Amino acid sequence: MEGDAELQDLYREVLLDYFRSTSRKGKLDPADVRAHGINPVCGDELEITARREGGKIAALRYSGHGCVISQASAAMMGEALEGKSEAKARELVKAFKKMMLENAPVASLPEELEPLSSLEGVRKFPLRVKCATLAWNTIAQGLDAAPASKEA
Amino acid sequence: MSRLNVEQIRRDFPILKRLVRGKPLVYLDNAATSQKPRQVIAALVDYYENRNANVHRGVHSLSEEATNMVEAVRAKTAKFIGAPKPETVVFTRNATESINLVAHGWGRKCLKSGDEVVLTEMEHHSNLVPWQLLAKERGLVLKYVPVELDGTLDLAKVRATVGAKTKLFSFVALSNALGTVNPVAEMIKIGKQAGATVLVDACQWAPHRKLDVQSWGADFVAFSAHKMLGPTGIGVLWGREELLESMDPFLGGGDMISRVTLEGATWNELPYKFEAGTPNIADAIAFGPALDYLNALGLDAIAEHEERLAALAVKLLEAEPSVTVLGPKDPAKRSGVVSFNIAGLHPHDVGTSFDLEGVAVRVGHHCCQPLMHKLQCGGTARASFYLYNDESDVEALGRALNRTLEFFKIRPKAGVL
Repeated sequence: MEGDAELQDLYREVLLDYFRSTSRKGKLDPADVRAHGINPVCGDELEITARREGGKIAALRYSGHGCVISQASAAMMGEALEGKSEAKARELVKAFKKMMLENAPVASLPEELEPLSSLEGVRKFPLRVKCATLAWNTIAQGLDAAPASKEA
Repeated sequence: MSRLNVEQIRRDFPILKRLVRGKPLVYLDNAATSQKPRQVIAALVDYYENRNANVHRGVHSLSEEATNMVEAVRAKTAKFIGAPKPETVVFTRNATESINLVAHGWGRKCLKSGDEVVLTEMEHHSNLVPWQLLAKERGLVLKYVPVELDGTLDLAKVRATVGAKTKLFSFVALSNALGTVNPVAEMIKIGKQAGATVLVDACQWAPHRKLDVQSWGADFVAFSAHKMLGPTGIGVLWGREELLESMDPFLGGGDMISRVTLEGATWNELPYKFEAGTPNIADAIAFGPALDYLNALGLDAIAEHEERLAALAVKLLEAEPSVTVLGPKDPAKRSGVVSFNIAGLHPHDVGTSFDLEGVAVRVGHHCCQPLMHKLQCGGTARASFYLYNDESDVEALGRALNRTLEFFKIRPKAGVL
């Protein structure tokens, strides 16, 4: 059906799987990084908590109510950033935002962000791009607000 | 059957011919803004092509013509809302500015520390934030009439909240988020009996129901032209003459003064005291044909038509077990606004999915975050009907709903489509 093809282009199966996945949902307590993001378009709120270990992001969780796009994006982000150094994490945030906001080709995404290519279709819906970038902006704020100690 | 000839009406709205994502536009976001008939669009073009001049100050013919046209629309607006005098109709940018005008011109002058301002929990942000700002500045006490879970207000609770210390009672006549029709006359009476000044946010009322400021007996009424076939950029504040006279100006500048020296100024007469600077001449003039259009069809016929469509939409939505329709169950308490949620699906996903079917609905908190919080939902999807909608639009809503439920596997795909 033509209609389904349209919806599938936006809501790809991978996206729906991440949306339904609960593996990174919740809050870490204690946490080294805590950040609260609000999507001004819809008022949705997202809380991200992360723990550091040996200079790396050891664990990341997200909580809050959100649409398929914002929740799936947060889940994929958690998977991509866990185990990465902060410098690498910031680099990935930048690469993802470049794809969403500047229409950088999906093929240019670093391999760690491969599942994120499923958000490609969102770029045709400018108002929904903010849903996709919410988690990424939130973690960037969190990392800036709670810099890792020098010796880590 | 509808008393409106929708087929004929639709021919007056050029935008209804366009396609959205390859499908004919089904415009169900009328509570946000209405579409404009060609008569309104033609008035805008006519002004800029044939009459463009600044108002009030010129002695040349064009200026006089433009001035007369704006004043004719002011008189027409006054008649439309039953205002005793055209000069009690102040043109603003929108209803939000109208409310801010009252907060600055009246509130700053008349409210002092400890005074109570009563609002309701179903207010639009435009009737919350101006008072929150003023409360912070002046030490006012804000009180809220609680909203019931069915989206209505309980008059006993209105009586219990509005009291002797209440200096202002400001509330929405018809909820933009839920479509609740409030008992406006009774609420005004309660406010007046308590000795309060009463402001009614009539944004969703004015496009759909007869508004008679004199029989209401409120002190201020605010609404926007763009929700009632008029252009954006024109709002109305109606106020009781003696109150408007006693108020300080909101914005200072040209047009609002009668005399200026280096030491000070005296204020112009009503309504110009509140219309500083070059006004929105073109949009004020083009509001005229919008009012003519509504008058020609008749607000009673319009309300009856859209409420019938809304009832059909409610029926269609409620037939789905996964769909919850918010707001009052009693059709008498509901306007042409239908707010709903689909279990397990965020309103934004509903909105995008509907858009792919060409169906424009509003999704989110509708600028009523406290109300959404009370109803324990982050937002809703909202379909709102107007005079150019018809049964085929309700059918399109149904198609968009089916498609959404099937795609997101909320309901198994039907055998035959």
